[in-house]
Amino acid sequence: MDTETMAEETRPKRPIRWHVGVFLAPAVLVYTAIMILPLFGTLQLSLFRNIEQSQVFVGLGNFRTLFGDPNWSVNFWNALRNNVWFFIIHMLVQNPIGILLAALLSSPRLRFTAFYRTAIFVPTILSFVIVGFAWKLILSPIWGVAPHLMDFVGLKSFFTPWLGKEQYALTALSLVSVWQFVGIPMMLIYAALLSIPDEVIEAAECDGVTGMAQFWKIKLPLILPSIGIISILTFVGNFNAFDLIYTAQGALAGPNYSTDILGTFLYRAFFGFQLQVGDPNMGAAIATIMFLIILAGVCVYLFLVQTRLRRYQF
Amino acid sequence: MKTKLLTALLLGTSILGTTGMALAEDVTLNIESWRGDDLTIWKDKLIPAFEAKNPGIKVVFAPSAPTEYDAALGAKLTAGSAGDLITCRPFDKSLELYKKGNLTDLSALPGMENFSPVAKSAWQTDDGKASFCVPMASVIHGFIYNKDAFDKLGLKVPTTRDEFFAVLDKIKADGTYIPMAMGTKDLWEAATMGYQNIGPNYWKGEEGRAALIKGDQKLTDKDWVAPYEELAKWKPYLGDGFEAQTYPDSQNLFTLGRAAIYPAGSWEIGLFNTQAQFKMGAFPPPVEKAGDTCYISDHTDIGMGLNAASKHPEEAKKFLSWVASPDFATIYANALPGFFSLNSSPVKMEDPLAQEFVSWRGKCKSTIRSTYQILSRGTPNLENETWVESANVINGTDTPEAAAKKLQTGLDSWYKPAK
Repeated sequence: MDTETMAEETRPKRPIRWHVGVFLAPAVLVYTAIMILPLFGTLQLSLFRNIEQSQVFVGLGNFRTLFGDPNWSVNFWNALRNNVWFFIIHMLVQNPIGILLAALLSSPRLRFTAFYRTAIFVPTILSFVIVGFAWKLILSPIWGVAPHLMDFVGLKSFFTPWLGKEQYALTALSLVSVWQFVGIPMMLIYAALLSIPDEVIEAAECDGVTGMAQFWKIKLPLILPSIGIISILTFVGNFNAFDLIYTAQGALAGPNYSTDILGTFLYRAFFGFQLQVGDPNMGAAIATIMFLIILAGVCVYLFLVQTRLRRYQF
Repeated sequence: MKTKLLTALLLGTSILGTTGMALAEDVTLNIESWRGDDLTIWKDKLIPAFEAKNPGIKVVFAPSAPTEYDAALGAKLTAGSAGDLITCRPFDKSLELYKKGNLTDLSALPGMENFSPVAKSAWQTDDGKASFCVPMASVIHGFIYNKDAFDKLGLKVPTTRDEFFAVLDKIKADGTYIPMAMGTKDLWEAATMGYQNIGPNYWKGEEGRAALIKGDQKLTDKDWVAPYEELAKWKPYLGDGFEAQTYPDSQNLFTLGRAAIYPAGSWEIGLFNTQAQFKMGAFPPPVEKAGDTCYISDHTDIGMGLNAASKHPEEAKKFLSWVASPDFATIYANALPGFFSLNSSPVKMEDPLAQEFVSWRGKCKSTIRSTYQILSRGTPNLENETWVESANVINGTDTPEAAAKKLQTGLDSWYKPAK
C-alpha cells in the first residue's frame, strides 16, 4: 500500500505497479501472521500478570521479579551462564572442525568426497529426539557402547557416566550437539571454498604460495564472510536451543540444573512441569529477554563485524 | 420399472432416516485422559460394561500423551472442544480447573459416599467443602524384590532398617546381583521412589505431613532430614554409573534379573508381571525397630471430573456414579494391578503382588506424598526442588542437611502457613 501511494505522489504519470504489492503480499502476510504478531503478543504478555484469574497490567513487574527475586534470578543467571558455555563450545569446536572438514573435502586429491559429505551432513537432518535418545544409549553406563569401546583401547578408567555428572553433563551435551550440526558450517564453507575462482589459486601458485600457506593466506580471508554468517547462525541457534537438552535430560535439566539453558528455563516457566503450574506471563518475560539477547548479538555482528569484513568481487 | 425404483429409493431413505434417528438418540461422551496405556482396558472392558447397563450412552476414551496432557487439555477447555469427562490429576492442577469453572462440583453425586475423606482430599477445595472429581485409583510405594535371588542367597525379607542394610550388604558381598536398581538421572526416581517411599516412616505419615502444612514442623527438622541421611547411605548399593541410569534402565535391570531389589511404586506391577521371568515379592519400607507402626505412601493419583461445558451433564453424571461404584473398582483394579481402588468397599484382586501391596493398608497407616497438597503452589516449586535435591543427596553433591535447608528456604520464601 505504502509503495503505491508513494509512487503516485512522486511520479503521478507512471501506472500503479500493482504487481509489486501482489507479489509481496503472500510473504508479508504469512510472515506477519506467524512471526511478527506472535512476537508482539509475547512482548505484550510479558507486561501483564494473572491476578485472581484476570490479566492485570504490571509494567516491568515481571522483569523485576525475574532479576530481583532470587528464586527466579539464580535460575536465570545459571541458565544464561550454561547457555554461554554451550555457545563457546560450539564456536571453539563445531566451527573450526567444520572449516577443517570443508578444507579437506575441497582438496582435489581426496576420493569419495560425495560419500563423506553426505555422511557428515546426515546427523543434521535427524530429529533431535533420535539424536538425544541415541546418544543417551551410546553413553549409557549399563547398555552403552561407549564403555565397551573405551575398554577396547584401554581407556576404560576414563569412562564416567557423563550425562549424570554435574561437571560434565553440559559439555557432553554440547559436544553431541556439535556432532549433530557440524554439517552446516562444513557445507557453507565448502560452498564458499568452491566459489573461489581457479585463477586466484593459480596466481597464488605462480607466486609460490602453496599448501598450508595457501589456505591461511588466500582461502581463509576469502571465506571470512561465510565464517561470520556461520557464527551468527550458531549464536542464534544456541540461544534458541531447547530440544536436545529436553530429550536427553528432561525439563528439569539435571543433574542439579547443570544443563539448564534459557530454552528449558523458559519451557518450565511457561508450560509448568509436574506440580509446577505454568505461568505464561513469566514465560513471556523470559522469552522477551531471550529475544533481546539474540537481538543484541545480531546487532553487534551487523554493525561491528559485518561492516568491517572485506568482500572481494571476482 | 419406475415404481420399483421409487420404492427402492423410498425404502432407502426410510432406512437412512431411522439410522439417523438412532444416532440422534445415542449420547456420546468423550473421556479426556493421559493414560494412553489403558486404552485397551477402557475399550474392551470398562466401556462395554457400562454401555451394557446404560443403553443409549456411548463412551469414547480419547487419551493424549502424558507430557502433553495438561497443556492440551487447557487449550481444549479454553476452545470449548474438550470432552465431557476429564481425567483429573491430583491436587492443584485440578483445583485450578475447578476454580476457573471448568469442572463441576460433584459433592452431591450419588456414589461419592463410597470414598473416605483422605481419598477425596486430592480433589477438594482447601476447606473441603466441594469435591470436583471422583477418586479412581491410588498407587502404593514399597520395595519389589527378586524372590529367586533372595532364595539363592538365603536372604530373609527385611522388616527393620538394620535388616534392610544387612540384606543389601550380603547381596553386594555376593556380587551376582546389583543390590538395588535405581538411578538418579531422571531425578524423580530419587524423590518418588526414594524420599517419598521411606520418608513416611520417619515423619509419621499424615501426622508429619499435616504438621508441615500447618507450619509446626520444618523440612530441616530431624524427622525430615533423616530420610535424606538414609538415602545418602543407598549410594554404594546402586549399580555402576547410576548417575546416568534412567528410569527405564532401572526397570530393565530389575526385570532382566540383574538387580535384587527395586524401590517401586505399585504401578510397576503390570509391566513387571509381563517382563520378569522370576518370582517377585514385595515389602513395605522397613521401620526402625521391629514392632514400630509402619507408614506407607498410598498416593491418590487419578480421578475423574465433569466438564462444566458438557452438553450431556446428566448422562456424564450417570457415568461418574458408575465410576464411583464397586463394579467399576473391581474391573479397574484387576485390569490394572497396581492401581488400587480408593473405594471403601474392599475389592477382590487376583494378582498376588498387588494383593501383597494392598495388604499393607491393613497393617500400616496410609499417607500421601508430602509435597503434593498446597506446598507445591509457589516458586520455587517444592516438588521439583525435592526431585533435584534427592538426586543431589544420593549423588553425594549435597549433604542431607544442606538439601533440607535449601528446600526449607525455598518454601519459606513464599509459603506462610495459616496459624
